[in-house]
Order: sequence, then structure tokens, then C-alpha cells
Amino acid sequence: MTVTTEAIRPGQIAWDRRRRALAAFWRQYRKDRSGMIGLAILVLMILVALAAPLLANSRGLDPALATYPANAGPALRYPLGTDSDGRSVLTELIWGSRISLLIGFAATFLSMVIGAIIGIVAGHFGTLRNWLGRQTDNVLMRITDWFLVIPFLPLAIVLARTLGPSLHVIIFVIGITSWPGTARIIRAQALAVETRPYLERSRALGAGHWHQMSKHVLPNVMPLLLANTILTVAGTILSETTLSFLGLGDPTRASWGEMLNAAFNSGVGTGNALWLIAPGVAIILVVMAFTLVGHTIEAVLNPKLRER
Amino acid sequence: MLDGALAAAQELRGEEAGAAKVGTGLARSLGVKVFSALVTLFFVIVFNFFLFRVLPADPARNLVRGSTLTASQMAVINKTFGVGLPLPRQFWNYLVQTFQGHLGISFEFHIPVASVIGAALWPTILLVGSSTVLSTIIGVWIGIRSGWDRGSAFDRTSTAICNTLYAMPDFWLGMVLLIVFASKWAIFPAGGMHSFGGGGSGFASVGDLLWHLTLPAIVLTLVYLAEYSLVMRSSLIDELGSDYLLTARAKGLRDTMVRRRHAVPNALLPSITLIMLNLGFVISGAITTETVFSWPGLGLASYSALNYPDYPVLEGAFLLFSAAVIAANLIADLLLTVFDPRVRQA
Repeated sequence: MTVTTEAIRPGQIAWDRRRRALAAFWRQYRKDRSGMIGLAILVLMILVALAAPLLANSRGLDPALATYPANAGPALRYPLGTDSDGRSVLTELIWGSRISLLIGFAATFLSMVIGAIIGIVAGHFGTLRNWLGRQTDNVLMRITDWFLVIPFLPLAIVLARTLGPSLHVIIFVIGITSWPGTARIIRAQALAVETRPYLERSRALGAGHWHQMSKHVLPNVMPLLLANTILTVAGTILSETTLSFLGLGDPTRASWGEMLNAAFNSGVGTGNALWLIAPGVAIILVVMAFTLVGHTIEAVLNPKLRER
Repeated sequence: MLDGALAAAQELRGEEAGAAKVGTGLARSLGVKVFSALVTLFFVIVFNFFLFRVLPADPARNLVRGSTLTASQMAVINKTFGVGLPLPRQFWNYLVQTFQGHLGISFEFHIPVASVIGAALWPTILLVGSSTVLSTIIGVWIGIRSGWDRGSAFDRTSTAICNTLYAMPDFWLGMVLLIVFASKWAIFPAGGMHSFGGGGSGFASVGDLLWHLTLPAIVLTLVYLAEYSLVMRSSLIDELGSDYLLTARAKGLRDTMVRRRHAVPNALLPSITLIMLNLGFVISGAITTETVFSWPGLGLASYSALNYPDYPVLEGAFLLFSAAVIAANLIADLLLTVFDPRVRQA
């Protein structure tokens, strides 16, 4: 029996502090009714997407195997009616949620990585009092400004067209066009973090740029980055819908946007109206849920916003 | 997109402060802005070159992919794109042609791209202009009412509606309106800009145009109204705690006067800046709405160019859309410099 092993492990204090902060965050978050509604919708949607194989047979997606009558209204076997190929709209909707959410998350991840790296590097080197640092910041922010000016939709259309239709291209195109806002916000926060005494201390102890950025700046911009991520997912899902609607998506892996594209091309108002309405409602619910959750996180992190 | 625009709006004000310090006066700082807008435009033109002619492995083949072209058309394409020439030479030719206004020949219509774009410009300006005016007026009005009486029934209802509209794909709203008003009730036409045969002459023709304009304009108005009213609401709420409002009330002004004379003018500035910045994006954002309603503007032209595929038209449209954003940025920036003394003297 040794007593010394009971000593505090390295990092223990930091982890305890983080756990307490998370608990306090959740207590604040729970008070916001719209944030909780958004979270509930989100959890439900993600569960549906994960459980798609249990909820609907994927064979129902193959037009060659479709056995139902085309353009039929709701019935017991196909509660939301069928499309022009005789596939159940509900089956398409359930499987489409996977693709829409996957593209939303993957594109957001890409956009966050680019935005965070550019924001942190610009913010960190921008505070250095030398020519190279200022120029790094300057050049990065010029690039950001410039991406902010390029209209998203035409650029995405041109890129998707030149690179060809596929899931990866859609994710890449949305990711590469949606990061500038994040980079701006993260840079502003990084500039604020850079003036704190703990960074001065770490510099005095001889920390290099990488250490300062990864161990001090990044953890401190992380909460903001999280709120921004959630809000960005709402935007990327809408972007995916728009690009797929214009026929730039992957037709073999039908997202909600692809469903809208197919419904539009088969003639609006001629077939089963639910084929068009259902994916739209699903998109609105998911986008709203992400927006509500994102705004609630923002409000918890920034008490100045809370009174809104 | 809203976040991006907001960040840009904030940055504008920030940069403003820096630029004013360097300049000796208003004219100097305006000159700097015009110059930097021109530089950005030049970068867009350079980027355009890379996007369409360098990025694809075999530009000429990529350009004609999926379309059937005769040998003479192929020769024209080879000539305009300078296939076989060294890259710097191609780039120089491209720059000269672009600055002379030669944007190439449309694959689909066999006329200069500038004419295709020119014909599509006015329908887009009509649609975007009318819906911007409507969404600004209604959106700002709703924002003021709900921000001033925060938490009231009006505020809660309008914020919920605006959040829903903000989450809605505009083309989906368009299709739903089409089902209800064009297929089911047949009150409005299903698309296009004129009835067959032009829809009469004189007033009848104008009436016909407005009748066709109604549904697409409603869609764009509703979608942007949501954004503008949410921004107006939050910038008014930002002003609510201000000392000058307390002073105004202490002077004994009625609530309406405090709102109209003191709070709204201060809250209006960020909203108007955002609306101006947004204007450039609205033009390209109309692509989907124009597609749904077959509105013969720039959006529909880019959509059909995308499907043909008609690369010269797509390239020209992209240039124009980018130029629109840069111009809107510049105008917002100039207006802010002229009208906001705080920004100018900072």
C-alpha cells in the first residue's frame, strides 16, 4: 500500500476544470427552451439516419425493383405516397437523410479545419511585432476577403461542373467555399486570446509558435468554433440542397436535394405533391434545429447575447 | 451566408477606421476604396482564367464535353481559347479580350456571350430590384416592431416565422407556391415573363408582366425579408440599453418619439450596410428561383448554360456575378463613409 500513487495525475486539474465547465454549460443550455427543441429534433434526425437500414429496406431505392404504382397518394404501405418511378417517398426520405447529413457534416468539418487554421495562424502571427508576421496576417486576410466576395453559388456550380458529379466533389466544393466567415471570427477571437498573460508566460518560458497555437490559442477559441460549426452545418445542408437541385449532386446517392430535383424535373404539380413537400419540410426542420442549437450555444458562451 | 455578410460588414467598419487614419480626408479614403475594388475585380478576372482554362486537364475537350460540335465550331473554340499557345500567351490574349468586352461566343445560341447576358440582365434587375425594395421595407418594419417590444406576441410570432423562412430553400418555397397558385387554383401563371403572344400592348402588357412577376418576387421577398428583419431586430436590441435613450426618455419624449428619432436611426446603419452587401449575392442567389419560374434572367441563363454545357456563357455570368458583389461592397462602403461621421473620423 503506497500513498504516493494517490497523488494527482498530470492533467487531472485541467480535466476536472473542463468537466465542471461542461456541467455549468449544460445547466445554462438546458434553460433555453428553443435550444432544447432544436436539440431534440437533431437527435431524432440523427437516430433516423443511423437506423435507416432498420426502418426501410434499401432495395426500395432501386427503380428497377420498385413495385408500387407510380405517383400514388399516401397508403398504408407507402405513407407518403410514391414518386414517378413507383418508389416509396418515405423510404427515399429516410435514406436521403443519411446523405444530406453526411454531406452537411463532412463539408462543415472541411470548412472548420480551413477556417480555424487560417484564423489562428493569422491571429497569432498578426500580433507579432515584425514585418513577416504582419505580412502573413495581411496575405491570409486578403485571401479570406477575396473568398468572401466571390459569390458562393456560381463558384460552386463552376467547380462542381468542371470536377464532375460525385459525393466527394460536392463535399469539397461546399467546404472550400464556406470557410471565410469562420476564419474571420476565429481570427478576431485569436487576437483577443493573444493578449492574455498566460501566452506571455508561455512565450517567456520559450514556447514555440506551434506550441502557443495548439496548446493555448486553439483550446481558447474551441467553444466559439463549436458554436460556429453547428451554425455552419445548417448552411452546408442548404448548400447541398441547392447544388443537388441544380443537378450537380451524385444521382446514385439520393439526398433530399436530389429528391427535390427529381420531383421538379418530373413536373411540379402533376404527381404526388408529398414527394416535393416531404423533403422540403425535412430540410427546414434540420436547418432550423441546427440554427437553434447553434444560437443557444452562442448565447450561453456570450452572455451579452443572452437577453435576445 | 448571413454570418459571412455580417463578418464582412463588421470588417468594413473596422477597416474604415484604419484607412481613415492613413488618409487626409474623405476624397483620399474614397479613392483608396475604389482602387482596392478594382484590384479585387482584377483578381476575379485572373481567377476566372484559371478556373475555366487551367484547372481542367484538357480545357478545349472539357469545354465541349457532352455537346455535339461541328469542325468549324471546334476551330472557333480553339482560336478563342488559343489552344496550343504557351500559357502566358493564352493569359495575355484572355486579358485583352476580356477588357475589350469579348467574352466569347455562346455554344448554344451562336451569338456573343455579351448579348446573351445583356438580354438576360434586365429581367434579373426587375425581379431582384422589386423584391429587394419590398423585403427591405417590410423586413425593417417587422424588425423594428419586434425588437422594440421584445418578447411580445408580435415578436414571438414574427421571429418564429422568420426563422422558418430563413431555413427554407427558396426554390422549394417557389415550387410549393407553384403547386398551390398555378396548378391547383390557376390564379398565377406557371412561369415565364410574358403570356404567349406578348399579352397585349400598352398597359395590358405591363399588367401581364406584373402578373408573371408576382410569384417569383414573393419568393425572393419572403426569403430575404426573414434575414433583414432578424438583423434589424438584433441591431435595435443592441441599442436598447444605450444612455442616449435614457436621456431621451428623461427629457419626457413619448415612447414612439424615442424609437423613431433616436433608436431607429442608429440601429438602421448596420442593417442597411448588410442589405447593400447582400445585394450583390441576391443577384446570383436568384439562380434557383429563376429556374423554378422559368424567369428569363441571368439565373436561368446560367442554369441552362450549366446543363448544355455552355462554358463561355457560364464564364461570363460568373464574372458578372462576382462584379456585382464587388460593386455592392464598394457602394456599401462608400455610403457608410459618407453618411456615418463616426466611421469617417475614427
